[in-house]
Amino acid sequence: MKFTLNINGSPREVDAEPGTPLLWVIRDELELTGTKFGCGVAACGACTVHYNGTPIRSCSFPVDAAVGNQITTIEGLEGKVAEAVQAAWRERDVVQCGYCQSGQIMSAVGLLSTNTSPSDSDIDNAMGGNACRCATYVRIRDAVKLAAGKLEA
Amino acid sequence: MTMQVSRRGFLKTSAAAVAALYVGFDPRGALAAGDTATEINPFVRIDADGTVTAVAKHFEMGQGTTTGLTTLIAEELDADWNRIEVDFAPADAARYKNLAWGSQGTGGSSAISNSFMQYREAGAAARDLLVRAAAAEWGVDAAAITVSEGVLRAANREGHFGQFVARAATLAPVEKPVLKSPDQFKLIGKLDLPRKDSAGKTDGSAVFAIDVKLPGMVYVAIKRSPRFGGSLKSFDAAQAKQVGGYLDAKALPNGAGVAVYAHNTWSAFRARDAIEAEWDFSAAENRDTDAMLQAHRELAKAPQFNAGKTTPADAEAAIAAAAETVEAEFVFPYLAHAPMEPLNCVIEPTANGVRFHDGCQGPSFVQGAISKVLGLEPAQIEIVTVYAGGSFGRRATPTSDYQVEAALAFDLLGRKTPVKLVWSREDDIRGGYYRGMALHQTRIGLGGDGRILGWDHRIVTRPILKGTFMEGYFVKNGVDKTSVEGVADTLYRLPAHAVGLSDFDSPVTTLWWRSVGHTHSAYVMESLLDMLARSSDRDPVELRLSLLDRGDPQQSRMAGVIETARDMAGWKPGDRRGFAAHFSFNTWVAVVAEVTAQGNKVHVDKLHIAVDCGIAVNPDVVVAQMEGGAGYALNAVMREEITFRNGEVEQSNFPDYQPLRITDMPQIEVVIVPSAEAPSGVGEPATPPTGPAVANAVFAATGIRITELPMTKAGLQFV
Repeated sequence: MKFTLNINGSPREVDAEPGTPLLWVIRDELELTGTKFGCGVAACGACTVHYNGTPIRSCSFPVDAAVGNQITTIEGLEGKVAEAVQAAWRERDVVQCGYCQSGQIMSAVGLLSTNTSPSDSDIDNAMGGNACRCATYVRIRDAVKLAAGKLEA
Repeated sequence: MTMQVSRRGFLKTSAAAVAALYVGFDPRGALAAGDTATEINPFVRIDADGTVTAVAKHFEMGQGTTTGLTTLIAEELDADWNRIEVDFAPADAARYKNLAWGSQGTGGSSAISNSFMQYREAGAAARDLLVRAAAAEWGVDAAAITVSEGVLRAANREGHFGQFVARAATLAPVEKPVLKSPDQFKLIGKLDLPRKDSAGKTDGSAVFAIDVKLPGMVYVAIKRSPRFGGSLKSFDAAQAKQVGGYLDAKALPNGAGVAVYAHNTWSAFRARDAIEAEWDFSAAENRDTDAMLQAHRELAKAPQFNAGKTTPADAEAAIAAAAETVEAEFVFPYLAHAPMEPLNCVIEPTANGVRFHDGCQGPSFVQGAISKVLGLEPAQIEIVTVYAGGSFGRRATPTSDYQVEAALAFDLLGRKTPVKLVWSREDDIRGGYYRGMALHQTRIGLGGDGRILGWDHRIVTRPILKGTFMEGYFVKNGVDKTSVEGVADTLYRLPAHAVGLSDFDSPVTTLWWRSVGHTHSAYVMESLLDMLARSSDRDPVELRLSLLDRGDPQQSRMAGVIETARDMAGWKPGDRRGFAAHFSFNTWVAVVAEVTAQGNKVHVDKLHIAVDCGIAVNPDVVVAQMEGGAGYALNAVMREEITFRNGEVEQSNFPDYQPLRITDMPQIEVVIVPSAEAPSGVGEPATPPTGPAVANAVFAATGIRITELPMTKAGLQFV
């Protein structure tokens, strides 16, 4: 079945079975591979994208429901918040294997887009669903705070 | 991402049009240089525009190798850090072997230690060639030339590396280039050197194997036996055929399952799940976890092998004469590695063989295994190594399990169609190659003064390397080194220390898991030392120091990290925190753990970590590996376990095999002990002492001594 999606600001036509998770349309059909598959059950956050600016787990979000809405992937991130987050991630050298980091960054951008001075518990709430087996969490927390500082400055 | 150009092309052909300098070693190990890569195995390439590329013989699973190996080249070359790139070497053991093993692969925290001199020599040889080329070009003495950040200078002349590559490529490298002394290092030891993989991993452009898409490629998922050791009797694909995107289903020739082909990943998973299969479980593991544990206990009664320096009878006699005995049994569960990127790889046909796209941890393992499966010579198996989304050991198996699955599925389709093997998270959690269950039973005799008189230590676990091609190297007198490491070779001076070992037998596959045998041995040793300190009313730090002889270099460095951790944490006698230290992968790590407990609710607040890893090539990477290694241990000791019911794994995905979360992560402070010694491992050594440090802190806070993991089994709840 044909769907027209709005991905990173552009209309994209895809052919997919109804109910296909948005993740697999993004990765296998549109070849936007920065969004990762980690668990398939919304338990790890590697597949996080923005749905009208809000982080969602694309592995458990049917492609049908994306129609008519703005989907942003890591490749389409732009603006002050995204730049601050990505710069903070690089400054703190957060990444190890890096596989979860697109999702971490999408969640962090989602947080700082609505809250530029998050408390530790705000960070826990926003980032708690993003798993990192390399355990880069100390730096993730630091980088979120660093990015928040950049946005306030 | 559709891959049109492979990296192997980069190394072999791109010199044709434009001048470049390649420096590396010839097959005999002598330094070699030239303008193409065909005759030598390059470790560094310099292009006419001045760009430097380091060739990494080790894969990157997050441990920082791409940064580390590049640092070694850049240091001796005096390259500009911002203009040096990194690429992964092709699969070729003759050229790119791990000098610690003799074949090409990454593991045992050896990437930097085995490459330290090799990569520096390549960088230094390249620098020398460029200097001599510039000297000839400018008509000046080579000694008058200085090099800094990719630029050569003499008097009023200057030029970047690229201007001299054509001439340098015609010169012969010196046999032994002069290397810098540590006081001349500018990049090695520099705290704020940015990682090479940060940019690509923060904008989504870094390529992992799961991102590779080739023209005409099909996706394959495998229907595997729900019990280890089961074999396929028959299958029915009627339901799978109803799944959109389904292509075909074929029985694997080795009886291990059904290869289910589809047009995309989602269809492959759904079609695979729709396959009905019948299995023969006559040779399978059919037990529950409890029955497997009982089998371990039976095996502990009469150890099959002696791994210690003392006979069990001598230990027994010493303990019989003791005033007091401390006895404990420790039980460790099966653990999955669960790297964030589920296992996968792509295999495609080439003119005379095949090419893999893989986050490949053991290229030589894969070439060996696949050459048998497909009837090819190892050299006919190309491997394009890409970033690996974690491994913790899982991406290197002696059998090359997942690459073999891909090769079998590729073969069944007639070897003409590129095939991408995809594993779901459920495949991963239930896919075996676990850290094996382990049982330790210990009896320690103490004199009236608290001195240790005898120590009877029995270990039962499934050997990792016995029966594999690595057996000859790792198994001596029946003892698989990986079963007893950390106990049999403890640095503590223990009198009458007997180590008995029995092998547990099961079709459930087991494997090295970040820090291998030390995952359980350190927990036991360091918990026992804490128990001994409590029972003899001694300070745990002082007890450890009293068991070390500073005249011995290894024991002295152990004492060094213990004192560093003690001092950084402000540890005082009577301290109610947890202490542990361990030596593994030639590195010493000591940890002080702080926890808060309210009833059975526990939070790990802070870890103070002291590490001695020789020269810290990239101190920030060392710190990151201490953080990550500690986090990996915390995750395991808190709440990870794989259990079996009638031989079937009870867990399936992250909801019931819970990863560590940001809310679980303690603050971590790391001190790197200054050292001029050769670098040693950092990827694994933080994992072993972290668990027992936390266990000892939990005991101090709650009075609960946890000897069976995970800790949640003792009723603790981590909040």
